Amino acid sequence: MKTKQLLKYLRIDRWPTVWCPGCGNGIILKAFLEAVDQLKLKKDRVAVVSGIGCSSRATGYLDFNTMHTLHGRAISFATGVKLARPEFKVIVMGGDGDLASIGGNHFIHACRRNIDLTVIVFNNMIYGMTGGQYSPTTPEEEMASTAPYGHIERPFDIAKLALSSGATYVARSTVYHYNLLVKYIKDAIEHRGISVVDVITNCHTYYGRYNGMPQPYQMMEYFKNNSVTIEKARDMSEEELEEKIVIGVFRREEGKPCYLDRYEEIRKKAMKGR
Amino acid sequence: MSDYVLMQGDEAAALGAIRAGCRFYAGYPITPASEIAEVMARELPKVGGVFIQMEDEIASATSIIGASLAGVKSMTATSGPGFSLMQEAIGYAIMTETPTVFVDVMRGGPSTGMPTKPSQGDIMQARWGTHGDHAIIVIYPSTVQEVYKYMITAFNLAEKYRTPVVFLMDELLGHMRENFKFPEDKEIFVFSRLKEEQLKEEEVFLPYETEEYAEPTPQPLVEMGKAKFHVSGLIHDESGFPMANPEIAGGLIRRLVEKIRLHADEIAMYDEYMTEDAEILIVAYGITARSAMRAIRIARNDRIKVGLFRPITIWPVSRTRLKQLLSRIDALIIAEMNLGQYAHEILEMARSSTKVKLVNKVSGELITPQEILDAITEVQSGIMGYY
Repeated sequence: MKTKQLLKYLRIDRWPTVWCPGCGNGIILKAFLEAVDQLKLKKDRVAVVSGIGCSSRATGYLDFNTMHTLHGRAISFATGVKLARPEFKVIVMGGDGDLASIGGNHFIHACRRNIDLTVIVFNNMIYGMTGGQYSPTTPEEEMASTAPYGHIERPFDIAKLALSSGATYVARSTVYHYNLLVKYIKDAIEHRGISVVDVITNCHTYYGRYNGMPQPYQMMEYFKNNSVTIEKARDMSEEELEEKIVIGVFRREEGKPCYLDRYEEIRKKAMKGR
Repeated sequence: MSDYVLMQGDEAAALGAIRAGCRFYAGYPITPASEIAEVMARELPKVGGVFIQMEDEIASATSIIGASLAGVKSMTATSGPGFSLMQEAIGYAIMTETPTVFVDVMRGGPSTGMPTKPSQGDIMQARWGTHGDHAIIVIYPSTVQEVYKYMITAFNLAEKYRTPVVFLMDELLGHMRENFKFPEDKEIFVFSRLKEEQLKEEEVFLPYETEEYAEPTPQPLVEMGKAKFHVSGLIHDESGFPMANPEIAGGLIRRLVEKIRLHADEIAMYDEYMTEDAEILIVAYGITARSAMRAIRIARNDRIKVGLFRPITIWPVSRTRLKQLLSRIDALIIAEMNLGQYAHEILEMARSSTKVKLVNKVSGELITPQEILDAITEVQSGIMGYY
């Protein structure tokens, strides 16, 4: 789709963005807008909530109801928005540090509650805004500004974290696999209940520069060459999957009641008691 | 049949909030505030509201801000440890000018402290808990009846001045049951939130547009929807978008402080007891003020001219009235269940010739009428207190 057709969803007067040239955040943003356009969502019935970090600045450029909130807390702000105004499509955007580290508790509990939110994780495996510190998704042995001798912690797999916490829609793509990304975001928004789309994206400025891929195209090539579909991954051993990015739909469980569906039952019970 | 019922302080807080239009409550269990959550869990679904128990106090505080920005009046309640966790969110509500009510039913601190014992230890945290320059409204009732009444005021002030309001309660008041009468509807005013339909067609809503810099009054918040506004905890201009220009930054911070400071006399609420001819003035708030009243009644039997000034909004306090009183008394007693947190605010206004006696207690017990009476006798006999 031509970018021009999507300009109506953007606050162009707020450009230029704070993002580095070649940053993957723009690709995710475009994929999101294309999904919104295909779903014909009304701009004033969409709320986008973000935390703090490079990717969280996205809300300032989007022409919807937007909230740029506190570091790690986008999901809990969004929970309040959704419960207050169920008629809104509520989207959460944030980075891996924001959503899986400082906001990790809110992430797993939102999955457990099956609250009707769409969480798009801009997963660049590093803290970009603060200068390249390691994040909860930085792979072992990689370099970061706070891991000058190599990273020694085991990373979170965001998709597995969401699955084990009870999320009802979980998918992963990279910014290289643009068409898949549009499809997953679209399905996620349509899904009733919590949907998590883990998007592997490039921070060539920090992650790439520290790890031998200082140009955006080098990271894109890395994503292209190292991604395997979930179908293919099923026949691969753990060793073979090491350093691979598994992409695809991990779970799509439609028809399970979301938090608000269950709360409606509570209201009925409470009113009966009056 | 009597109109009176037996009501607990925490219960009155919840019911007052619902009467004020609160339709979203998020909280996390903590003694001695848990009963507020329990009543909300029972009552909110009956009126079409939502109760949710969040994973922690940070989630509770941030989700009520989200709900309020979306268009629904909302609150949370906690005690000291949880109140500490909520401070960053309170700063966000101040910066984004989001009406919210934060109840802190105080217990002894610091840290886990004394969960079931009374304390007035969060006076300064309520004022200065979050980082950066800011103003805040803090309401502190003394009786169960007042909890209900001033909870409605708390919601109204939050809406009118577009600010978080902190509602402090004593552990003892939260758990105490006393005679209570539901006020009649005609006694109650409730500030209502603007609906999106009330916006004119094609009207651009600037969430931070303010009338007159000299006495800034924020415009009322409109619910989320047609206005499509942006909010951010970053320094922003009147449109809500981040703007790092020094002039805008300085102007915003000053406006956030002055919208409360310049309306302090309008906001401030207080109560007085036997102050007309008082030569000795007691300043006490919350549950301690009730001990002070008892002490005053006993002292008056001995013809000691003593009275009470009880701030109901401890921040901002009515400096105008307090200065009048302080200008004509000989002695001042400040009684509080902490080591003198509020004394500074009062002493700053007192004349240097005034005798001062502080009555402080941090043992998890109430300040008794006898202890205040002893202080009255002491200043009456002309003995200077320590300060």
